[in-house]
Amino acid sequence: MEGLERIVLAHPFFAGLEAELGQLVSGCARNLRFDLGTYLFHEGDAANEFYLIRHGSVALEILPPGQHPIVFATEREGNIVGTSWLVPPYRWRCAARAVELTRAIGIEARCLRDKCEADHHLGYEMMKRFLPVIVQRLDEARLQILDVYGKHDT
Amino acid sequence: MNLAAVADPFVPVPYRVAQVRRETRDVATLELRPTAGERPAFQPGQFNMLYAFGVGEVAISVSGDPARMGSYVHTVRNVGTVSGVIAALKEGAILGLRGPFGTPWPSQTAEGCDVVIVAGGLGLAPLRPAIYHVLARRERYGRIAILYGTRSPADILYHREIERWRRRLDVDISVTVDHADPSWHGNVGVVTKLIARSGFDPNSTIAMICGPEVMMRFAAMALNETGVSSERVYLSMERNMKCAIGLCGHCQFGPNFICKDGPVMRYDRIAEILAVREI
Repeated sequence: MEGLERIVLAHPFFAGLEAELGQLVSGCARNLRFDLGTYLFHEGDAANEFYLIRHGSVALEILPPGQHPIVFATEREGNIVGTSWLVPPYRWRCAARAVELTRAIGIEARCLRDKCEADHHLGYEMMKRFLPVIVQRLDEARLQILDVYGKHDT
Repeated sequence: MNLAAVADPFVPVPYRVAQVRRETRDVATLELRPTAGERPAFQPGQFNMLYAFGVGEVAISVSGDPARMGSYVHTVRNVGTVSGVIAALKEGAILGLRGPFGTPWPSQTAEGCDVVIVAGGLGLAPLRPAIYHVLARRERYGRIAILYGTRSPADILYHREIERWRRRLDVDISVTVDHADPSWHGNVGVVTKLIARSGFDPNSTIAMICGPEVMMRFAAMALNETGVSSERVYLSMERNMKCAIGLCGHCQFGPNFICKDGPVMRYDRIAEILAVREI
């Protein structure tokens, strides 16, 4: 097994993935390093890649006009960053910034989308892994919107 | 309930505010000393009824160290008329106090187990005595994880203590805020997100949760998802408490009175009631 393939399959997001599918995914992968403060992507840019965080931490932020960016989530090692590559128009809807030295595996989006289109078994595996992440983030966003620590606090 | 601790549970005992610490914009921690005699012993998780003379009475959990005799420590947030007056008290002021009342955190049940403490917002205050308790007996417990979520960096309680706990090598402490500006380098996101990362043994874990009820429900579900069964999860409930000894019924919660059967309750015993909208 190649080094990159081993790293991809060792990441919690791909836990239990069949070796054959791991090989397909790894064919779209590359090793990346982001220094403190470096942006992985900016809002509005083409979502050409998503990231498996191996070490470090990434802040997801939105920039309200004329204000400082608001960080609404951080993702750490074992998590993934980026779901906008899954749905048209494949544009990032937030920015992602390394808040410490971060090592990640980047998965090239078009490459993986094409493979998923050609091999629906792979596509279904991807869907089963991404959907829980999306649902979980939706739940988390709902809790944040509720502002539960407001005046009706414990 | 600890009726033996007080001669008449309806009669407030005068306490003097010995020290005040402003925690955040609307939260203060008061150290209260009895004007005469000793303060009754309390167990982590219990509460007192604090009476601002001429204004009213409110139930507030004890937030201090149970081993530190001589005073009670309460952390109070200004959320209404009574709590607003109490949170604004200055050193030397006198207030009435009844208690302690209620059920404690399962500190003894947790011995030999991993302990996961999940606090949301001001919910860290009722959990702090349990944290003191387990840290003072560290060798009796497995892994200890303290997970604390609050609204923003400016709302974090007990800064210095959190820093002190963070320096310990035998405690995992994670703090997260719901939103922050880029100067914050810590976690951002809801506290439930920290649960899966904590690495405790779900089959040998006791979890203690305190915070807004919605947050507690989500935290309990997140613990269930990691394999912690409901009978190993404890919540500190809150309702409008008046008599504090299970007589008046103001704090009725299904078949329970929170003041007498709670505030600390096992999740498997209340999970169904928690989902009932009318309760």
